[in-house]
Amino acid sequence: MQASDRFNINSQLEHLQAKYVGTGHADLNRFEWAVNIHRDSYASYIGHYPMLAYFAIAQNESIGRERYNFLQKMLLPCGLPPEREDD
Amino acid sequence: MYLYSLTLQQPTGILAAINGNFSGTKTPEIVVARGKVLELLRPESSGKIETLLSTDVFGAIRSLAQFRLTGAQKDYIVVGSDSGRIVILEYNPSRNTFDKIHQETFGKSGCRRIVPGQYLAIDPKGRAVMIGACEKQKLVYVLNRDTAARLTISSPLEAHKSHTIVYSICGVDCGFDNPIFAAIELDYSEADQDSTGQAASEAQKHLTFYELDLGLNHVSRKWSEPVDNGANMLVTVPGGGDGPSGVIVCAENFVIYKNQGHPDVRAVIPRRADLPAERGVLIVSAATHRQKTLFFFLLQTEYGDIFKVTLEHDNEHVSELKIKYFDTIPVTASMCVLKSGYLFAASEFGNHSLYQFQAIGADPDVEASSATLMETEEGFQPVFFQPRGLKNLVRIEQVESLMPIMDMKISNLFEEEAPQIFTLCGRGPRSSLRILRPGLAVSEMAVSQLPGVPSAVWTVKKNVNDEFDAYIVVSFNNATLVLSIGETVEEVSDSGFLDTTPSLAVSLIGDDSLMQVHPSGIRHIREDGRINEWRTPGKRTIVKVGSNRLQVVIALSGGELIYFEVDMTGQLMEVEKHEMSGDVACLDIAPVPEGRQRSRFLAVGSYDNTIRILSLDPDDCMQILSVQSVSSPPESLLFLEVQASVGGEDGADHPASLFLNAGLQNGVLFRTVVDMVTGQLSDSRSRFLGLRPPKLFSIVVGGRAAMLCLSSRPWLGYIHRGRFLLTPLSYETLEYAASFSSDQCVEGVVAVAGNALRVFTIERLGETFNETAIPLRYTPRKFVLQPKKKLLVIVESDQGALTAEEREAAKKECFEAAGMGENGNGNLEQMENGDDENKDDPLSDEQYGYPKAESDKWVSCIRVLDPRTATTTCLLELQDNEAAFSLCSVNFHDKEYGTLLAVGTAKGLQFSPKRSMVTGYIHVYRFLEDGKSLELLHKTQVEGVPLALCQFQGRLLAGIGSVLRLYDLGKKRLLKKCENKLFPHNIVSINTYRDRIYVGDIQESFHFCKYRRDENQLYIFADDCVPRWLTAAHHIDFDTVAGADKFGNIYFVRLPQDVSDEIEEDPTGGKIKWEQGKLNGAPNKVEEIVQFHVGDVVTSLQKASLVPGGGESVIYGTVMGSLGALLAFTSRDDVDFFSHLEMHMRQEHPPLCGRDHMAYRSAYFPVKDVIDGDLCEQFPTLPLDLQRKIADELDRTPSEILKKLEEIRNKII
Repeated sequence: MQASDRFNINSQLEHLQAKYVGTGHADLNRFEWAVNIHRDSYASYIGHYPMLAYFAIAQNESIGRERYNFLQKMLLPCGLPPEREDD
Repeated sequence: MYLYSLTLQQPTGILAAINGNFSGTKTPEIVVARGKVLELLRPESSGKIETLLSTDVFGAIRSLAQFRLTGAQKDYIVVGSDSGRIVILEYNPSRNTFDKIHQETFGKSGCRRIVPGQYLAIDPKGRAVMIGACEKQKLVYVLNRDTAARLTISSPLEAHKSHTIVYSICGVDCGFDNPIFAAIELDYSEADQDSTGQAASEAQKHLTFYELDLGLNHVSRKWSEPVDNGANMLVTVPGGGDGPSGVIVCAENFVIYKNQGHPDVRAVIPRRADLPAERGVLIVSAATHRQKTLFFFLLQTEYGDIFKVTLEHDNEHVSELKIKYFDTIPVTASMCVLKSGYLFAASEFGNHSLYQFQAIGADPDVEASSATLMETEEGFQPVFFQPRGLKNLVRIEQVESLMPIMDMKISNLFEEEAPQIFTLCGRGPRSSLRILRPGLAVSEMAVSQLPGVPSAVWTVKKNVNDEFDAYIVVSFNNATLVLSIGETVEEVSDSGFLDTTPSLAVSLIGDDSLMQVHPSGIRHIREDGRINEWRTPGKRTIVKVGSNRLQVVIALSGGELIYFEVDMTGQLMEVEKHEMSGDVACLDIAPVPEGRQRSRFLAVGSYDNTIRILSLDPDDCMQILSVQSVSSPPESLLFLEVQASVGGEDGADHPASLFLNAGLQNGVLFRTVVDMVTGQLSDSRSRFLGLRPPKLFSIVVGGRAAMLCLSSRPWLGYIHRGRFLLTPLSYETLEYAASFSSDQCVEGVVAVAGNALRVFTIERLGETFNETAIPLRYTPRKFVLQPKKKLLVIVESDQGALTAEEREAAKKECFEAAGMGENGNGNLEQMENGDDENKDDPLSDEQYGYPKAESDKWVSCIRVLDPRTATTTCLLELQDNEAAFSLCSVNFHDKEYGTLLAVGTAKGLQFSPKRSMVTGYIHVYRFLEDGKSLELLHKTQVEGVPLALCQFQGRLLAGIGSVLRLYDLGKKRLLKKCENKLFPHNIVSINTYRDRIYVGDIQESFHFCKYRRDENQLYIFADDCVPRWLTAAHHIDFDTVAGADKFGNIYFVRLPQDVSDEIEEDPTGGKIKWEQGKLNGAPNKVEEIVQFHVGDVVTSLQKASLVPGGGESVIYGTVMGSLGALLAFTSRDDVDFFSHLEMHMRQEHPPLCGRDHMAYRSAYFPVKDVIDGDLCEQFPTLPLDLQRKIADELDRTPSEILKKLEEIRNKII
């Protein structure tokens, strides 16, 4: 990368997108956005133990099971992705 | 409005526990994380668990690990938290603190998806630590020692892999080869792109080994292999000569041994026989036991069954993996196997316990093995087992845990001096109602009746070097009774005490003689039996006495003081006389300081509302050193040396200071500092203790001098972890007390009350509350108090459980199968009321949990409970898959039934795949037999779950889904009167005040409503503009409500005064405006006036005063089992003072785990107008010079700050 490119807005954005998962871009679709939000939410539930316990009580499961379920849901949080329109 | 937030009960739940030798001695210790609190526990050899240190870290602790450098004796603690930093702590036993050794920043703060902190793994040789996030990022830090043997930490090495979810990480034991870390990873990148779903269905979890090359200082992916798709946890297998190395992968239904270049060794986890087929078995916690020659693993499933896993190996090759049923204990968050033969089980909900190993599962039991693995067409066939009583473990201690608090109400139902806190705690079969009382628990050792009504009691030793007391001396109005303490306590007559007169004081004097002061003289009993009598001159009598071991001062009627000293020969010699201006109300001499001849200070209280300090030095004997006027005549005086501590296990070092305590006749305890040199009094504090003048007695608690204050209830003033605490005792009113020490009871108290002599000990020092637990059947949801009838009505419901009959049938079947017959465990009542020991119930549900059923099955009951006798007077099990969620008591205005009970239920409720239900009901019950039992009046079908019910103007308001509806009582059902369907999601709370209704939505905060009777219309006139996921709500005043959201915030919203006035003055009540509401919302918006992040899901809020006569504060209870209070400041000065103190504390004493305090308290919304008392209360733990520095900046002295902190705490509790 050349020195001048470093300050280019696009390369800065690319850098952010590479560094921080979930950074959006101009062509972000509704599905991708929702997937990100859901993964963030699940990660937050897992990270905050009291919240995990709160869910565990509501669903009458053990906290360990609840954590596992949330991690599993991070694979496809919003179901299958929509079909791509090839243009 | 400014609030002072103070945690009253630290969280009692545990999220992670580790064990090791943190203080560097051989004793095993446990470090537990309780949400935002880090604690060091030590199991004593007696099996009691002692808390050595508890620190609030102002951050969410997510993971803990311990490591030890090679050759070292001491373990370090690594903490993964939400601070975006890795923190390494060392326990400092001499100062009793956690010292931060290293703090390395690696990312943003907060619990984020890709910021590490969720997982920690340690190289078993202590050379490196890996810290990981849920996704992508993993960092490795190399740990080493510098030349001065201090711990060093490297810069982080990345082991990232993007688009990868991490399930678990652990270190791999490979001796002194390069450290290796293992991780269960799942790559989602293809699944995100493939719309056919094929990639998602083929997504495969991998076990990946990351190798840290210590030479190159680089981390590489060494090995990655597909692993069972149910994998969720890794356990390190010992290696490097001690074992075969590698990892145990715990997966749903399986445990698999894996290592690089080694074929998988797989065994099926045995299943409970009654488990529904669609449920898997997941391991949720694990512990490893290592000895020189053997190691095994204890794995606990989500149902509570522990399995012992052993490997058959030749140090390189594993030939067989065996998994054998071990025992069943309540599901844990963490287990620790201690070297001393104990198992510490940190329960995820409910009490934690300490078990002792009776055996290590060597006897034959249900066992599955990799060798006998059978694969059929339906997959691998599991082995089945039935849980049984404990065989290998025996429980020796419980640590109470309130987690989770489901509901809480504060009321003085028992008509005691302070109100009681009723909390619904726990889940499923381990649920309980716990009644908390502020104060210390007392355990009574003996009560014996005396022949008359005693007026006073003392205990004396025969010799100053004796360990235990020799006599208990009881004084009556006209006689004195002497009891000798031995194997038994019995009356003696050869003690030399005069028994025909009442006594004023009895004590040991000199080294080995006894003194009895009676109204007409002093009787001095020498060790050899000689008796010296000193008689009062003329007809005057002795009224008050003050003495220590070498000095005696008596006050004669009329106000003359006579001072005696013990001389070298042990004789009691008169030294000085002094005439006071009036009668003496009370006297005390300070104890003789170590290595001195005499104490310098005599305190004299007079009826003219003054206390004088007189000198007892030979130079200025009986000179008045200082005078203090008080609000009421003093009744009792006591000098107490408060030596907060000098290092040791009690926290920061403070110089000792002498306090003069005075119990005043108006019930106030007055405490003031006495200058050790000049005798000047300064820094006075007072506290109202009760309706009777406090009498003060010196006793010993925890090896230190403490003070017992007897007012209308007893109080104990003592030092705990460096702080002086004044706490009530949960015991009856006492008349007179003395410390008591004997063989059976080393630190006890003997007291008289009525005509009984009582001996008791004080337990669980340092706790704010003592609790009484009453077991419940299912997860309690809500309850109401019936203050007039002193009864509680509780609704309980559990998802995915079998009904009581089904459970009974299954149990019977199981016992019959086991050939045990049914000896007395058949009936429901017994199951219900049996205590937690439940020896005769081989399958107590509390221990084993309810058998799991399909998730759409519900069980539920409504219970009427008499908390005083802890008996259930009525228990209605709901039938037909109905579950109760809400209740309220309601008086319909023109009906004959009086108070009725409304219960909201749902039938066939399901949360997943989509929230659905068959129907909802509102049951209306009538109270029978003076409120002790219930009779169903009728059931009204409704279209949603009635999650909130409330009485309103003689009618019933119900929140059913998104509809707020007003019902009146009909003959056959409730009659719909009026409704409003404009609420956004689900109504979860309804509070009413006058004609206003404050409705809380599950997702959209509060809506203020009004009901217009003439037009029969409910309408929303104001709402909140912030989406809040409400978990608790409480009405504060006409315009203000307090709420708590799911993310751990407490907030208050208020309707602006002008809007409120406008609505009240408007003849249409703001209705016209409502009709023109803006943007689908209400025309007016409430303002947020208070905002505070508690860091824990608050489940209940209530306004109450815990101190008799004190101001009200908002008390909250949380999921992690903590209780806190928010007190409104009454003066601007206090606000200024505490906000400045808080600011300085933030600067000078940043939180231990690296989270910025302000950022933590503002985690979701900026903190507003709340001062964190927990941070301010860390002030006494600071080093003295830092304290002085902060105090200087505040223009105060450190002791003034301590006094302020004490004062504000006393206002709350």
